[in-house]
Amino acid sequence: MTDDARSRIDSAVKGNDVVLFMKGTPLFPQCGFSSRAVAILEHLGVEYASVDVLQDQGVRQGIKDYSDWPTIPQLYVKGEFVGGSDIMMEMYESGELGQLLQDQGVTSAH
Amino acid sequence: MPMAAEEIETMIRAAIPDAEVEITDLAGDGDHYAARVVSESFRGLPRVRQHQRVYAALEGRMGGVLHALQLTTACPQ
Repeated sequence: MTDDARSRIDSAVKGNDVVLFMKGTPLFPQCGFSSRAVAILEHLGVEYASVDVLQDQGVRQGIKDYSDWPTIPQLYVKGEFVGGSDIMMEMYESGELGQLLQDQGVTSAH
Repeated sequence: MPMAAEEIETMIRAAIPDAEVEITDLAGDGDHYAARVVSESFRGLPRVRQHQRVYAALEGRMGGVLHALQLTTACPQ
């Protein structure tokens, strides 16, 4: 990964309480898994930032090395990697994701 | 080229010998799968680490030739 890509990833991860690296945008997700991740965050009513990896090849490749995770989407809360869409779904269904956000003091969007 | 379900199962078992592996071909197109992997060796590991072990077993195919694998991991009850 280039230093440049790493610094763009770092600033997104550290500069936002909740950030989703995804394909497309929350309004126009370009992949079913990203769409599912967005739907979960919307259901939880949490404020989040998103990074469209399709707009940045360096970030698209770099994010996979950043957390040793081969797929997109990827969710980060308070600088920590939480998981991809399968883990998000499991944690959402069990209530763990809502709890995690609450424990981290993440503000609601509503 | 997509991967066959048996190939996915074989690679996971090779890396995690005690794993119970259940593969479902979601779309019937040999390209969109769901996998449930149950192994005692997952016990005590956070979910991210469990999934990383399965991805490692697939030796780089995940996110490459294997686009869509919905993954669930668990420990034996």
